[in-house]
Amino acid sequence: MMELVCPAGTPAALRAAVEAGAHAIYCGFADETNARNFPGLNFSREEMADAVAHAHARGAKVLVAINTFPRAGGEAMWHRAVADAETAGADAVILADPGLLAHAAEHHPKLRLHLSVQAAAANPDAINFYAEAFGVRRVVLPRVLTVAEITAINREIDVETEVFVFGGLCVMAEGRCSLSSYATGRSPNMNGVCSPASHVVYSEEPDGLRAALGGFTIHRTPPGRPAPYPTLCKGCFTSGEQTGHVFEDPVSLDATQLIPALARAGVSALKIEGRQRSRAYVAEVVRAFRAAVEAEAAGLPLPVSLLARLTEGQAATTGAYAKTWR
Amino acid sequence: MDLTIGPNQFFWPAETVRGFYRDLALTPAARVVLGELVCSKRLPFWEGEIPGAIEALQAAGKEVALTTLALITLRRERKLTADLMDLGLPVEVNDLTALRHLTDDQPFWVGPLVNVYNEGTLRWLAQRGAVRVCLPPELPLESVATLARTGANLGVAVEVWGHGRLPLALSGRCYHARLHDRAKDSCQFVCEEDPDGRDVETLDGQPFLAVNGIQTLSQSTATAAHQVEALHEAGVSALRLSPQSRGFAETVALYHQRLTGGIAGNRLAESLRPWVPGGALSDGFLTGPAGAAWSGA
Repeated sequence: MMELVCPAGTPAALRAAVEAGAHAIYCGFADETNARNFPGLNFSREEMADAVAHAHARGAKVLVAINTFPRAGGEAMWHRAVADAETAGADAVILADPGLLAHAAEHHPKLRLHLSVQAAAANPDAINFYAEAFGVRRVVLPRVLTVAEITAINREIDVETEVFVFGGLCVMAEGRCSLSSYATGRSPNMNGVCSPASHVVYSEEPDGLRAALGGFTIHRTPPGRPAPYPTLCKGCFTSGEQTGHVFEDPVSLDATQLIPALARAGVSALKIEGRQRSRAYVAEVVRAFRAAVEAEAAGLPLPVSLLARLTEGQAATTGAYAKTWR
Repeated sequence: MDLTIGPNQFFWPAETVRGFYRDLALTPAARVVLGELVCSKRLPFWEGEIPGAIEALQAAGKEVALTTLALITLRRERKLTADLMDLGLPVEVNDLTALRHLTDDQPFWVGPLVNVYNEGTLRWLAQRGAVRVCLPPELPLESVATLARTGANLGVAVEVWGHGRLPLALSGRCYHARLHDRAKDSCQFVCEEDPDGRDVETLDGQPFLAVNGIQTLSQSTATAAHQVEALHEAGVSALRLSPQSRGFAETVALYHQRLTGGIAGNRLAESLRPWVPGGALSDGFLTGPAGAAWSGA
């Protein structure tokens, strides 16, 4: 059965995910070392140790994301995070920065290393390189690949692959985007945030609600319509004669229908985005996906009705997995 | 400090490329990185110009390196990358994939699209043979200073993005094709219509970004005009100037004057403006609250 890797932004969400059937949970410390560095989210050292004990007692794994790029002059914070994850009993750490991978490989040789999606390793040469240089055991693939390309990659590598199947969707190669810091000064790579709420300003105007990020208008929503969060790459812009979602519509990723194809492609693990999501959301999504991967493993059709409910009322896409997306 | 000319990020006709490198050979630039950075589909249209450009630049005493693609996914792109290593010139790595193809004793350069954010990564790259690294444009001056010091100790020349629309993001999707309601595979090379990228404004008409195939750039042209002294003091060894369609030889000459003490930052910025696409400047990544900010405003 493909491993189901589920998000947890809080100890409560982690317990909910375990109970709902997660095979593995990924989470991070409450600082700049992880790419979901949002106020009120993530784990203290003590909470991490408790979370690992809780998960292990129920047969689930804990993967600790330390996937931002350490600040020049401040690497000690990231080194400490790797050491503390190992001490807490984490089953693996998820890293992106080559310097940090080299450090972990040298100083924590027993710690299992996963390559974060933030490293954007998008072909077999890159993946084999990370495997040879650092002993990386699993690679989270960037969301720029088709299912056919993932199949081809798996034929040429010896390490496991993990792919995103549900939740927020980066349209850019992850870890290689500084749009957010261009507008706000804060970025996923350096600060673990994208389009941060601290830089969002909403203003009621006659033609509707204007949402701006760092002073740049990201979209305008007519009165009475729900306003999406102003994530930069999902904004509405003008280019020449055209006005629209230049980069991507305000959609989220839903690759549930591709689960059998991804299994055939040799993918080892399916990842659900959403460490910023509520415990209730995490539980519902995990339950649905656990049923889906079990059905897939048993050769049964996917329980469609269960999964359909999750995206109800929301626009969804299969993203780069379909070649026409490009 | 001296001047490095980065690879042209845009899709220009072969004769434009020819004229560009012919003129560049006459400028005071110390070195030039060339080759296709953004989209492998463009390369067949202009690769015939590369040998002549290398010859002209080397004859003018300039160091020349070849860039890898910024995002390598397809089989033919992997082969292209492997083949680059055998051409007898230094390779500038802009996707870490290329490291797999380098031999152990082959020195290489690292471009601004590789994430070199800290001393650990710089040290690791130096151990593998990196001799020159252009830092990611996102880094603030404080980080630049730390890395320049580390680079000096390691014998690695550290460069900083000195001029050009900022390379902000890469994607699997081609935005030029998307704006023409086409997919990447049937793009009909529409990016050729926009020699400095296609401008993107906000709904309120604020100049914001520019798209260039799979790449997203800033609409403003970043310049280190006002930070030359600080970068020099930090131990930065070169400014990287990124090609633009108009007045580039003049631009290189202006930066050379700035580095040799002929003109001050304000004068440089004002002299650059007529050539810069759209006329907007920024330097916020180095010293401001956000990348788009401009200290000269």
